[in-house]
Amino acid sequence: MNAEVRAIKTAAEQGLAAAYKAARDTLPGKVVALRDEAFNRFDARGLPHRRVEEWKYTDLRALMREAKPLAGPAGARHKTEVSSILTGVELDTLAIVNGRYEPAWSDFTSNDPGITFSELFAYLAENPDYKLGQLPGSDDTALSLNTAFLSGGVALRIKGNVAKPIHIAHVFTGDAAAAMYPRVVVIVEPGAQVTLVESFTGPEGLDYQVNSALELTIGDKAKVDHVKIGCDGAAALRVSTLGVTVGAKAEYKDFAFTLGGAVVRNQTFVRFGGEGTQASIDGASLLKSRQHVDNTLVITHAAGGCVSRERFKSVLDGESHGIFQGKIIVDQHAQKTDAKMMTRALLLSDEAEADNKPELEIFADDVQCGHGATAGALDRGLKFYLMSRGIPDKEAEALLVEAFIDEVLEEIAHEGVRRALMFAALKWLGSR
Amino acid sequence: MALALGQVLGRVGNLNRFIQVCEGENVALLEVKNLHVEVEDKKILNGLTLTIEKGQVAAIMGPNGSGKSTLAYVLAGKDNYKVTEGDVLLDGESILGMAPDERAAKGVFLAFQYPVEVPGVATMTFLRTALNAQRKARGESEFSTPDFMKRVRDTSAHLGIDAEMLRRAVNVGFSGGEKKRNEILQMAVLEPRLAVLDETDSGLDIDALKIVSEGVNRLRSPERSMIVITHYQRLLNYIVPDVVHVMAKGKVVKTGGKELAIELEKSGYAQFADEAA
Repeated sequence: MNAEVRAIKTAAEQGLAAAYKAARDTLPGKVVALRDEAFNRFDARGLPHRRVEEWKYTDLRALMREAKPLAGPAGARHKTEVSSILTGVELDTLAIVNGRYEPAWSDFTSNDPGITFSELFAYLAENPDYKLGQLPGSDDTALSLNTAFLSGGVALRIKGNVAKPIHIAHVFTGDAAAAMYPRVVVIVEPGAQVTLVESFTGPEGLDYQVNSALELTIGDKAKVDHVKIGCDGAAALRVSTLGVTVGAKAEYKDFAFTLGGAVVRNQTFVRFGGEGTQASIDGASLLKSRQHVDNTLVITHAAGGCVSRERFKSVLDGESHGIFQGKIIVDQHAQKTDAKMMTRALLLSDEAEADNKPELEIFADDVQCGHGATAGALDRGLKFYLMSRGIPDKEAEALLVEAFIDEVLEEIAHEGVRRALMFAALKWLGSR
Repeated sequence: MALALGQVLGRVGNLNRFIQVCEGENVALLEVKNLHVEVEDKKILNGLTLTIEKGQVAAIMGPNGSGKSTLAYVLAGKDNYKVTEGDVLLDGESILGMAPDERAAKGVFLAFQYPVEVPGVATMTFLRTALNAQRKARGESEFSTPDFMKRVRDTSAHLGIDAEMLRRAVNVGFSGGEKKRNEILQMAVLEPRLAVLDETDSGLDIDALKIVSEGVNRLRSPERSMIVITHYQRLLNYIVPDVVHVMAKGKVVKTGGKELAIELEKSGYAQFADEAA
């Protein structure tokens, strides 16, 4: 234990403490013991800051100036606010608005018997065996805050082959900035197949706060594609924790796509607990102005013979700051692990900044592990070649950036979602 | 006042040109006038003067380091080449202030000595984007997809480029010969008025050289001028030039007919070492 001297609580920390004290007895669900424990953990540590290695580049103490009031229930539905980026893609949407499941905002038409879902607290009441928060990354401070203030969410159980993607749309709506703390639980039974899309949207001008979590349990031989789309408003602060446990011989693909938000932290904790699983954990960020986006991964190979590929690309314009931290841990018994991590940042302006921190912690002796990281500007020779053929400056850049980012977007298995994100990337490039 | 005077002189220039055209004189497409160029503070071109007539195929020969490739890049508008003196006129208009894409839209094309690989951009997409960008810049309508496809297919068949290659990313994984053929394909699709071929023969075996040369010869026309840059006379057996210029130490030191190339093959470039100094 390191004895840390913390003299002064920040305004945000004081605000969170006051909010917890005031709301503790009225927060929904029968999880008050869990909330107290989580809040105390947070309270002892305070907000994560740059001297905490995992949060080195995302100093929440500095970036989170104040604690916003807890978001109230949503009003009448505004259809336009449910992720327009996915317009035209066939999905079954469950809307989580201001941190609560809102059936009226949802579009769930499938009657696939393989899908069962319920509101989060109802699920927990009906399934006392399910212990919330027993996921990789459970000790994280931001996740503790999510647990303490848990506002709602959904729990899903998947059996068999679910063809149509399930879309969990996190929406913030309101006239004033507020904070929401939703959690989603997804249990994919052995042998089941599903595509899960999570999206985050909210109004452009409000500095609302989102602290979300997804607990994903993937059974043996299950096949799961999870795509997380960050389209928050330009002033929003969002921290999303993803905790995944993967069984044996499963196929798991994860993709984090980030366009929006002022400060975004996607933290992903994955544990391979069974042998012979194949996984790819990828991401793409397109950032401009003063956006700060941090993708942090902790991948634990706890069983042998699993293959994991991690590929993250970021395009950084303006004064944006892109961060990638990836740690691969190979336990002593996880022999024959094959893990490769790669991160690339493309800087489109002199003021943009990229921080890439790949790490390997290997305790087994018969493994193949590697990592690579690059950061650089567009190749001038390439750009000249395109321009010499008559393609104007910006168009040449757009073509090259598109090629750069499409290489990783190609990894998204679902065609409709992939095309929607490629189109969103093109639109981003067109607006430069 | 100085500006107004410049404008007047400019008009007179155009007027002279107008008279030339009316009188049916040989009209220069490209005029390089006393061009001095530096790259990273090193002088490469030292007062190069060169005129290319409309429809003319001019060979530029010269030893390594004589400035041939620099000339090619300066014409195309590469950015780290600093022109300290002189001018380059296309149709009597200076192109030195124009970006590479603007020059391309005016009809300048450079076939690269080392064509660049463009990962992630399919050759077909690249060609269409380039052609339509040029047409847009000239105020012409964009090509329809069937017309475009036809144009590409006709040319690529002659050059031995199959549909599979067109689907692949530009030059990625192409052999040296395939890259050079791809340059000629781009030239055929873009129909430039001034094509600069920078050592198109380098790295080609004799069969590929024939295919590429035939591709170039098919594009010869009274409306199109070419500058063929090469070390060796060999290429000029296939692409027979109207005129041969010899460059040494950053300027043209000798001009002659196609027989000059044969003469050079025998005597080498050593004789020009002093002339340019």
